[in-house]
Amino acid sequence: MKGDLLTSLYVFMLAAFIGFEVIRRVSPLLHTPLMSLTNALDAIAVVGAIILAGEGKSRLATVLGTIAIVAATSNIVGGFLITDRMLKMFKSSKSPKP
Amino acid sequence: MLVSNTTIELIYLVATALFILALKWLSSPSTARRGVWAGELGMLIAVAGTLLHHGIVDYKWLVIALVLGSIVGVPLGLVHMTAVPQRTALSHAFGALCVTLVGTAEFYLRAPAVPPLMMLVLAMEVILGSLTFTGSLMAAGKLQEVLPQRPITYKGQNVVNLGVLAGAVGVAGYLVAHPYHTSLFPFIIGVPLLFGVLMIIPIGGADMPTVISLLNSYAGLSAAAMGFVLDSKLLIIAGALDGASGFILSVNMSKAMNRSFSNVLFGAFGQVQAAAHGTAEARPVKSASAEEAAAILAAANKVVIVPGYGMAVAQAQHKVRELYDALTKRGVDVKFGIHPVAGRMPGHMNVLLAEADIPYDRLVDMDELNPEFPQTDVVLVIGANDVTNPAARSDPSSPIYGMPILDVDKARTVMVIKRGMSPGFAGIDNPLYYLDKTLMLFGDAKQFVGAIVREFAGGGGHG
Repeated sequence: MKGDLLTSLYVFMLAAFIGFEVIRRVSPLLHTPLMSLTNALDAIAVVGAIILAGEGKSRLATVLGTIAIVAATSNIVGGFLITDRMLKMFKSSKSPKP
Repeated sequence: MLVSNTTIELIYLVATALFILALKWLSSPSTARRGVWAGELGMLIAVAGTLLHHGIVDYKWLVIALVLGSIVGVPLGLVHMTAVPQRTALSHAFGALCVTLVGTAEFYLRAPAVPPLMMLVLAMEVILGSLTFTGSLMAAGKLQEVLPQRPITYKGQNVVNLGVLAGAVGVAGYLVAHPYHTSLFPFIIGVPLLFGVLMIIPIGGADMPTVISLLNSYAGLSAAAMGFVLDSKLLIIAGALDGASGFILSVNMSKAMNRSFSNVLFGAFGQVQAAAHGTAEARPVKSASAEEAAAILAAANKVVIVPGYGMAVAQAQHKVRELYDALTKRGVDVKFGIHPVAGRMPGHMNVLLAEADIPYDRLVDMDELNPEFPQTDVVLVIGANDVTNPAARSDPSSPIYGMPILDVDKARTVMVIKRGMSPGFAGIDNPLYYLDKTLMLFGDAKQFVGAIVREFAGGGGHG
């Protein structure tokens, strides 16, 4: 457990640095889609909920896990959908109009 | 059709790479949609891989939950663009709910023998998760105008709020040392739930961009904490990316409002509103009709339109597009000046204007546009107020002194569409309106822009 936690901390730190560098470069134009996309990606928490609900170790775990899956899945579906809808609207004046 | 744990881990590794690529491709509008596809692919393989996990014994509830979640998610993905801020707040609440529920279940599966380090990350997970849950619901309620938008402040508010938070942290600390006191666990959910509500009570509409960014960051960090609990590198990385994104946006927003970052962290919002009630003597202003405004715009070479939340409220963006078309057709160079905190969330104005089919290369950031104002013939301010207030530059007694603004007062002529002379959201008088070069266009933003467009279509012709 102790060793795992330390590895996890390294992973977290490196991911945070990558996040800063990558997201700093996102154009302010796209800050709203950025937020909805990171929100959809964040809903990867669904994998934890799936294992929790699927393993069925206790009734409580199954119930809470199932509700958690509903919440996360709605973020995945809604988040990707609205991000794509927003990005579709961004057109350059140089590109031909559809 | 079960696969080994190693295979699942490898699938997660690929998903992680796809997530990072998704954000990298978001750097430019030309590659951004590819980024969404990368994110979707990563999500799809990660969920599919997880469903093949050998520990899963019962698929019935999983399928029901996945279907139900999709049914809830589709309408949330199809909301109108003006409702994006409240939708975003709501999705932060859902994300935080998921994390809190999983954390709670994990605690009771492990209790009473929870190792201290595990208890520490579990406590972080549920504290961040539950305060983000109620905080985001409150923010969504205020944005949807189900809850009163006016900030509610009282003496000692920060002391009360920080006291409540400290209480939750204290109980969590005790649980780390004595994890067998499982009856205390509900407190580190319940107290942060209360804190989430208290945190948003003093928030006004103008502070929403900062608050939504901050809640975004908290949601990400709580997911990363869940990754520590479940020892899932994929979740740690996704949470860290989301946390970093929310953090960067919060810093951007607090800079654009001239608040220190600690001011943001401790949730001391809404104080400017309380402080601002100064001179409101009636000074003379010049006003103009739609016909005059159209004539001035037609004579210009360079026009900058500055949109604000008022444009969104009046749903004027499509009329603004018609005006943009009419002016562009006449050879006028039209740009849009975007202040980082215009609207109710980061990038709000860009999305609304893009929806109205205005090319994104016409939407210009404050820092890039400010040097151009002295060469600009006409600035048309639509539903924006404080972000154009020159007192932020010149008047140290002003509550918004030091806040970076769009220097519209340096243009040759300024026209401001406004309902009346009442001060803006923050209750601060705007000296811009009393300048000799400023013309006030009194009326509803949508109707007034429509009237200007009609002048171009009808009377103007090619002369």
